[in-house]
Amino acid sequence: MTTVLEALNCALLAAMDADENVILLGEDILDPYGGAFKVTRGCSEAHPDRVILTPISEAGLAGIASGMALRGLRPVLEIMFGDFTTLLADQIINHMTKFRWMYNDSVDLPLVIRTPMGGRRGYGPTHSQSLEKLYLGVPGLTVLAPVSLAILPAGRDGPGPLLQQAILGTNSPVLFIENKLQYLQTVSGLSDLSEFDVRVEFSADDTAKLYPIYRLTIKGAPEPKITLAAYGAMADLTREAVIRLAYEKEIFSELVLPTRLAPFRLEGILDSVGHTGALLTVEEGTRTLGWGAEVLARVSEIPGIGLKRSARIAAQDLPVPASPVLEASVLPQVDTIIEQVQKMV
Amino acid sequence: MSIELDCYRSMLRIRRFEETVLDEFKRGVFSGTTHTSMGQEANAVGVISQLNADDVIVTNHRCHGHYLAYGGDMRALFAEMMGRSTGVCGGRGGSQHIHWRNLYSNGVQGGIAPIAVGMALAEKRKGNSTMVVVFIGDGTFGQGVLYEAFNMASLWSAPVLFVVEHNGIAQTTPTSQALAGSIPARFAAFDIESVELDTSDVIPISTAASNLIASVRDCRRPAALILNTARLGPHSKGDDTRSVETLQALREQRDPISILGNRLEPGDADAITGEVVTEVKLAFEQALADPYPQTPMEAAQ
Repeated sequence: MTTVLEALNCALLAAMDADENVILLGEDILDPYGGAFKVTRGCSEAHPDRVILTPISEAGLAGIASGMALRGLRPVLEIMFGDFTTLLADQIINHMTKFRWMYNDSVDLPLVIRTPMGGRRGYGPTHSQSLEKLYLGVPGLTVLAPVSLAILPAGRDGPGPLLQQAILGTNSPVLFIENKLQYLQTVSGLSDLSEFDVRVEFSADDTAKLYPIYRLTIKGAPEPKITLAAYGAMADLTREAVIRLAYEKEIFSELVLPTRLAPFRLEGILDSVGHTGALLTVEEGTRTLGWGAEVLARVSEIPGIGLKRSARIAAQDLPVPASPVLEASVLPQVDTIIEQVQKMV
Repeated sequence: MSIELDCYRSMLRIRRFEETVLDEFKRGVFSGTTHTSMGQEANAVGVISQLNADDVIVTNHRCHGHYLAYGGDMRALFAEMMGRSTGVCGGRGGSQHIHWRNLYSNGVQGGIAPIAVGMALAEKRKGNSTMVVVFIGDGTFGQGVLYEAFNMASLWSAPVLFVVEHNGIAQTTPTSQALAGSIPARFAAFDIESVELDTSDVIPISTAASNLIASVRDCRRPAALILNTARLGPHSKGDDTRSVETLQALREQRDPISILGNRLEPGDADAITGEVVTEVKLAFEQALADPYPQTPMEAAQ
């Protein structure tokens, strides 16, 4: 049984083995510590000259990684907590994502920024946020979020392949959104998902089939009455909600899980909504102006889609409290999803 | 003597180009904004003339002089600033966002410094002798990321030369109202060797640049060249708050083209001037006749 953490760790090692231009930079990432969440464990032992321990200088590091990428390397930058990505916002928005386009597509900038978002560990207001929505809609930035599934044969998908492909196969900046709780989650294969029928699809523009969209329905169940859309670690909570809704409430739903959040595409979600007529988005970031808001806006703009009921589940528009009791009341829970779905069908 | 003539020509090309830009802006030929470097031509020419062909230049919003001194095509820069398809970046970047060969510019203060360090580290890792020059100004010292860049450049021995064009004024704010302490002390704090000049004469600038560039290239260590200089024009198009007297004094004392021109044979200077005026006029007219990019531009949905 592989965890998401192990899958990502293997992907880093494999990417470094595959291409000597891959360089890791980050704070406290050297062995034996191996990074605050251990994702880089073993990398500096395997490739001591290609793992760079850095000062606490996120903005400068992002610039250095961009410069390296512009001159032919494939840097991978670890930002210890997703909350700290605000420190490199200028580098993301005004530098690394602008160069290729404003230089008339004359440069490549292959750079992956990995960072864990998310709460539920009691780390409090500045170490628990899910800030990825701030970076959705930045032209030129690909935002990926793995889910804890690996369905396709020959190990083609899953958190590890998604990261490895981002490092080795893309020539523009990627923000790779990990999640602290997801690290410990087991990566489920088809045999672990006996309750589900699982489909893997790809957006029309994703011709290389790099960014899976997973669609899960309860095996042998009647037609789903509602579409649930989620990403990242919320995929796990939403999957649990789908099972409990089916077995405890006899409410059947389809779960759609994109792994690429930007550029923004609606495939999978749209097709599902076309059948169910109801859509609930689930995210851990704050509710206002978030991913779910954009999904619902775009779906509602499609003529004839037949969206009759829609809602968002997200964190309250509050900082994430440190107290476990308060934190649980601010962040969406499995029960929150179940209760909302019951109101909608 | 031929070095002086080359420098004179190179500086005059920049001056005439930027004079044309400011003149024609008033007539609506250019759109958007621009930042000219009139008075600072000796920095661009003095430093860039000492680089090898493979070296990398990272520059800022005031980048026309660096681009032209590097050998960039004048018509393509005119065209870029006119928004034409033949522009350096097809009209996408405009005056302050250009890339040609190994020259990269961006219009946000400070952020280019760590990028230059990253480029230098990448070149060092390749095991070649390429180095990076990054042009910053006194105003850039207000940005925190600059100090992160200095720290990591020194810590990791990046072959990068920080060239500070200290013109004493950031947009309209005098350095004395924005900067505590000294610029050389800032480099010293990071164990980065610096050389400071107070001249608008291209020849001593070239000599100092040559020495520092050799040092950075050979030692694979960062260094800094602090050039106290004078901006003779506005920050942008017409936003100069300095007094007429102040500007007049600067033009009399700190114009690099006069300083070098006064040492040339009059016939030589006149001949170069005639050639440059013709070249700039032709480049401008060609760019003006160039087509606009195809529209509409659409993002994939």
